[in-house]
Amino acid sequence: MPHSLTTGLLPVLILVLPGVAACSGDGDEATIQILAAASLTEAYTALAEDFEADHSGVEVELLLGSSTDLAGTVADEAPGDVLATADETSMQVAVDAGVTAADPVVFAANEMVIVTAPGDPEGIESLADLADVTWVRCADDVPCGRVALSLLEGAEVTAEPVSLEVDVKATIEKVTAGEADAGLVYASDAVAAGQDVESVPIEGAEEFPAVYYIAPLSQSVDSELAADWIELVTSDEGLEALDAAGFSAP
Amino acid sequence: MRDPLGRPPALLLVPAAIATGLLVVPLVAMVAATDWAGLPDELRSEPLREALWLSLTTATAAALICLVLGLPLAWVLARVDFRFRGALRALVSVPLVLPPVVAGVALRTTFGRRGLLGEPILDLTGFSFPFTTWGVVLSHVFVSLPFVVIAVEGAFRAAGREYDAAAATLGASRWTAFRRVTVPLAFPGIMAGLVLGWARALGEFGATITFNGNYPGTTQVMPNLIYVTRQSDQDAALALSLVMLLVSVGVLLALRDRWLGTP
Amino acid sequence: MSGLDVDLRVPGRVVARFSLEPGEVLAVIGPNGAGKSSLVHALAGLVPAEGSAVADGTDLLSQSAREREVGLVFQQQLLFPHLTALANVAFGPRARGVSRADAEARGQEWLDRFGVSDLARRKPRELSGGQAQRVAIARALATQPKLLLLDEPLTGLDVKVAMALRIELGRHLASYDGVTLLITHHAIDALTVADRVLVLDNGTVAQIGTPEEVSQRPRTEHVARLVGLNVVRDGDTLVSFTPEAVAISLDEPVGSPRLRWQGRVEDVAPHGDAVRVLVRADPDLIADVTPAAATELDLTPGREVWLSVKETAVRRYRWDAEQPGTVAP
Repeated sequence: MPHSLTTGLLPVLILVLPGVAACSGDGDEATIQILAAASLTEAYTALAEDFEADHSGVEVELLLGSSTDLAGTVADEAPGDVLATADETSMQVAVDAGVTAADPVVFAANEMVIVTAPGDPEGIESLADLADVTWVRCADDVPCGRVALSLLEGAEVTAEPVSLEVDVKATIEKVTAGEADAGLVYASDAVAAGQDVESVPIEGAEEFPAVYYIAPLSQSVDSELAADWIELVTSDEGLEALDAAGFSAP
Repeated sequence: MRDPLGRPPALLLVPAAIATGLLVVPLVAMVAATDWAGLPDELRSEPLREALWLSLTTATAAALICLVLGLPLAWVLARVDFRFRGALRALVSVPLVLPPVVAGVALRTTFGRRGLLGEPILDLTGFSFPFTTWGVVLSHVFVSLPFVVIAVEGAFRAAGREYDAAAATLGASRWTAFRRVTVPLAFPGIMAGLVLGWARALGEFGATITFNGNYPGTTQVMPNLIYVTRQSDQDAALALSLVMLLVSVGVLLALRDRWLGTP
Repeated sequence: MSGLDVDLRVPGRVVARFSLEPGEVLAVIGPNGAGKSSLVHALAGLVPAEGSAVADGTDLLSQSAREREVGLVFQQQLLFPHLTALANVAFGPRARGVSRADAEARGQEWLDRFGVSDLARRKPRELSGGQAQRVAIARALATQPKLLLLDEPLTGLDVKVAMALRIELGRHLASYDGVTLLITHHAIDALTVADRVLVLDNGTVAQIGTPEEVSQRPRTEHVARLVGLNVVRDGDTLVSFTPEAVAISLDEPVGSPRLRWQGRVEDVAPHGDAVRVLVRADPDLIADVTPAAATELDLTPGREVWLSVKETAVRRYRWDAEQPGTVAP
């Protein structure tokens, strides 16, 4: 009997122990969790450093991902202090779920550009030139896709892409890998890709920008810190960092 | 009827029940969460029909190509003794352990516009695999072939070399023995491998999205459609997932008794 | 038809040299591991061998297995499980280019000859042991081979079935033109069906001769056992005697010192009206005693006994150095 008891307990112990180990204490540091759209990676990383410098003992944890996914998780009351999305629809999801502690504010805009291989070998200068090359854009269901569609319709361009990518990362990747001659992505993505691409501005892109919203969350553990972060983002310092990353003023 | 060997031990039944639960409950949850009322509308949508058709045709084409290429390779691995056999067998299994996106990158470096083989092919014929339906079939073949080869090799080994010897003494060439003895005897195993390969191709996502892109009617297979729909309409994505689940399960059930020979 | 001249060697397994007349049936006997299957598989081409095996002017060993006109009936029959009995028998002719219709007609003829024509549409798993064996032999003969090799065709069969099949086999072999090699464990096969007997022991030919020669003058313990005799070496002569001629006693017997052995009882079993006792001595010997004597002497395993035999009851013969197969490997 005892033998089978221990052999029965052993698997249970093995399952439980890691869970116990994971519940370690945070120490004396405070942490602020920012859930932000992936395109904000570079800008927010820079701002996080400044924030940590100004607030000693505070650690900034950036949770980056697709706006839709992030909004979904906070709506399910996952932990977080601030939510920053790349479109209104996603922020609305959070608002409808009642998890926003204050009204969302617009803090940045992102204009769409055409990216090509360095040196623009195909000589693309406008949306109309896309008709002659292999090009890609985001899928219709994704925010960057909706923006691209609006721009294309506005410019009365009927050329079809060879592929509708699942997000901007995949879109720009097709261009940097040399599989597509051009792609429609955000200015911030072009900046992030640096020397790997050449950026061609689109006429009238400022009429269909991606609008970025930010709001504090009701499940925030420190609403003061959350407010501080939003203040930083909307300040001149914040605008500078966003501008350097390719964003435009809201 | 009582099992004469005694009751199955709880120590085996409990994990078996947990395993069953782990596999079944998520599927049941998916079914339960679906908006059944909206399902007929979903089924009529053009993107769904296109994607489903594309998925089924590319998976089937890939399975057949895997058969034509995989059967001979499996036979060589099972019947021919040569020095690097073990290494070859290990190589064949590599796509199995390769993360699908990595497989996609590998395919692109080989068959992409600037790929090792892709560039010469493009220059010679003007044809390029990425963004085409044949490219999708290629991705599917790449990820499914190991399944087919390994399953069929196992079937050939089980079928026994003795029958090959009997055929030889009766005057059959190796090719005749292969056609009339080895393959018929290994048939259930071959079918099982084929179904496995087909199912794997049907579910393939990472390689296709990386190498082939995503365009309705050409390269947008079901997993791609579900992934992009999920970004904007969770309910629609759920409905699409359910459709895919039903189609896959339906085909597997239909084939199981006829060809796989399991009771 | 032609005979068969064999002078071959399977390295590490068997060395054999012998010649057979056309139509001859050679029984191949010997203990397990003696090389019987190796010899037969070498002739069939399934095992590599050095040397030659000439039939009808062609050296079989220079041909691949499928080129040789050899029919092999495997110990486990190896009928193709997915084909009917008829398809199995027709397989050989079809593989050699005969049209399907002709092959099946030929196959049906062979099944008729073996009395199993109504089993034509059955699959091997639906056949009994005896039926399967008949189909297997028919399958081998349907290709009209020059050489027929049978690997223990009657082993594992019901006694009655084996008896019936043995008689049939004898009939078929009598009308078969080619040379037949028949591996067997049963003395009765060797004695009734075969024209000559080849004894393999430890990879070499220990003896070859007619069934009478081999059974009356066995050169190996295996054959002696097979035919129920005791055989002892005495210098360069062999001495054989029946179990009945052996006297068992508990005390050392009087008489010729060369025909007396001491040993331990290994096994005791009824044998007809007598009791057969196997005694571990140098060499092992079998003795038949009456049940009364067995009880009186208390012959149970482990008992130390003395065995002796009268000179008048033994047969002596010389070890013949000219035996084929004793050539150094």
